[in-house]
Amino acid sequence: MNWRSIWAIARKDLKEVAQNKVAWGPAIAIPLIFAIIMPLLFTLVPRFIPVEDVQRELGDIESLLKNLPETVRILFSGLNLEQMFVLYMTSFMLAPLFLIMPLMFSSVVGADSFVGERERKTMEALLYAPTTDMELFLGKVLAAVIPAISLSWLTYIVYIIVVNVASYSLFGRIWFPLPMWWPMMFWLTPAFALLGVSATVIISSRVKTFMEAYQLTGSLVVLVLALVIGQVTGILFLGAGTVMLIGTLIWMIDAFLIYVSIRSFKRNLLISKL
Amino acid sequence: MTPIIEVNNLQRRFGDNKAVDGMTFAVEPSEVFGLLGPNGAGKTTTVRLLNGILPPSGGTAHVFGFDPVTQGQLIRRKTGVLTETPSLYERLTASENLEFFGTLHEIPPSHLKDRVAEMLDFFELTSRARDKVETYSKGMKQRLALARALLHKPPLLFLDEPTSGLDPEAAQQVNDLIASLSHTNGQTVVLASHNLLEAQRLCDRVAIINHGRILALGSLDELSKKLWPVTWADVMFHVKPAEKTMETLKSHPGVIQILDGAKNDAVSIQVDSEAVIPEVIRYLVQEGESILRVNPRDYTLEDIYFALQAGEA
Repeated sequence: MNWRSIWAIARKDLKEVAQNKVAWGPAIAIPLIFAIIMPLLFTLVPRFIPVEDVQRELGDIESLLKNLPETVRILFSGLNLEQMFVLYMTSFMLAPLFLIMPLMFSSVVGADSFVGERERKTMEALLYAPTTDMELFLGKVLAAVIPAISLSWLTYIVYIIVVNVASYSLFGRIWFPLPMWWPMMFWLTPAFALLGVSATVIISSRVKTFMEAYQLTGSLVVLVLALVIGQVTGILFLGAGTVMLIGTLIWMIDAFLIYVSIRSFKRNLLISKL
Repeated sequence: MTPIIEVNNLQRRFGDNKAVDGMTFAVEPSEVFGLLGPNGAGKTTTVRLLNGILPPSGGTAHVFGFDPVTQGQLIRRKTGVLTETPSLYERLTASENLEFFGTLHEIPPSHLKDRVAEMLDFFELTSRARDKVETYSKGMKQRLALARALLHKPPLLFLDEPTSGLDPEAAQQVNDLIASLSHTNGQTVVLASHNLLEAQRLCDRVAIINHGRILALGSLDELSKKLWPVTWADVMFHVKPAEKTMETLKSHPGVIQILDGAKNDAVSIQVDSEAVIPEVIRYLVQEGESILRVNPRDYTLEDIYFALQAGEA
């Protein structure tokens, strides 16, 4: 395995995608919304609107808490209504939404890398290079996965800082993140990043343009929305154990999709689609 | 000498379409070998098969002794390919394009920048090296694509329509380069083209192909002799020759027929070999005819090509 070639392919793809405004628009907007605007909104809301009014709109927080497992409910004991609201919203409600980022970033870069290369008619010269199919594949996967994970982690760091700073006067201490965030960051996020790119590779063999691939992989967001709904309704609560379990399941799906992707990423199949 | 490329009954089908239909040929070291044919004749597919990009449906091929089916990577290390479209990364600069492909071709990092600068200089792109390729003219892109194909000094080059899109001056420069690659550097060149004038000037031998089959294979001289074993000499006189002289000439050994030329003082004489032409001239001079000019008729690659394609049709 020639790692110099693999990294060269990854770097080249990233340089290319960096020029794709369609790809980078959401990459800037979504972290900004998730890491700054939403936590600020949820931590500052109780200061300007009476919690009773918020409660009226969102339903009784205490009844929501009843859906949570005992281990989590302990986290809320002894907190006042404002603190409970901020903790619930920033730690639980928003948590699954963060998984949109690795999924979206990796599928956008993946779509630009796998389909865009074909659309821009640059694939043929690349196929004549003395790299193996596996090296080409790995270079392109790394180009999608590494920035997706890095950007997600960066967004988590900003989110952690914003939540703690904005709610410091309310809690009087640094309290965030809660334990379930760690497996989400280091186990579930990479799994979702790989899911985005592996699904893109499979989709890319069936579409002609970057936009088609981008739109199709966008449908994977349904997975994240299912987690959000599960969380809100109390059907599926994202505690540390659940996150580990879901992560394991996603990794298994990743392994299957990567296996299928590698089988479809062959020079003779790629050239016949040019 | 062991051929660089050996192809034996090579076939490639796409469904019912036979893109390559039983080709057999060999390419010798330092040769400029032309693959000539119309669009869709099978030129690009042949290049892909020889580089291990596509597997054949039948037959065998060896490039540097390697089998493209199982050793494509080893072959691609030693080949440079100029594809039909430049296939450049337009969002990247010329330097970035060359550095990327130089890395894939395993040019050591310590030499890469120097080699890239050398190629940019050779193709007169240095002043635009840091500009994105999307701002380049068609000719500049073609020059950059050529630079990419030559970057790692491959002993075997596949050039698909190398002067496509170039102005006459740039095309001349590229043709001179191709000639020097073979004659000075000893590199072997496979030129896939339908530019017959270019091929005639550059190629030592050609394979004229259509519908995936080789219609003829050989040097220009070999092909013209094969197609037209007899030859013609166009003779222009200063004064119209005597009818009696021309009548007698018709029965001269080796003379097949005599046709009046477009002008009164010109005739075309068909002979069974070039060796007869000096004897014909000697006879005419002896008879007191004043000859202004004698042109043994040369066949161009274009004549050969169209004769073969017409025969194929």
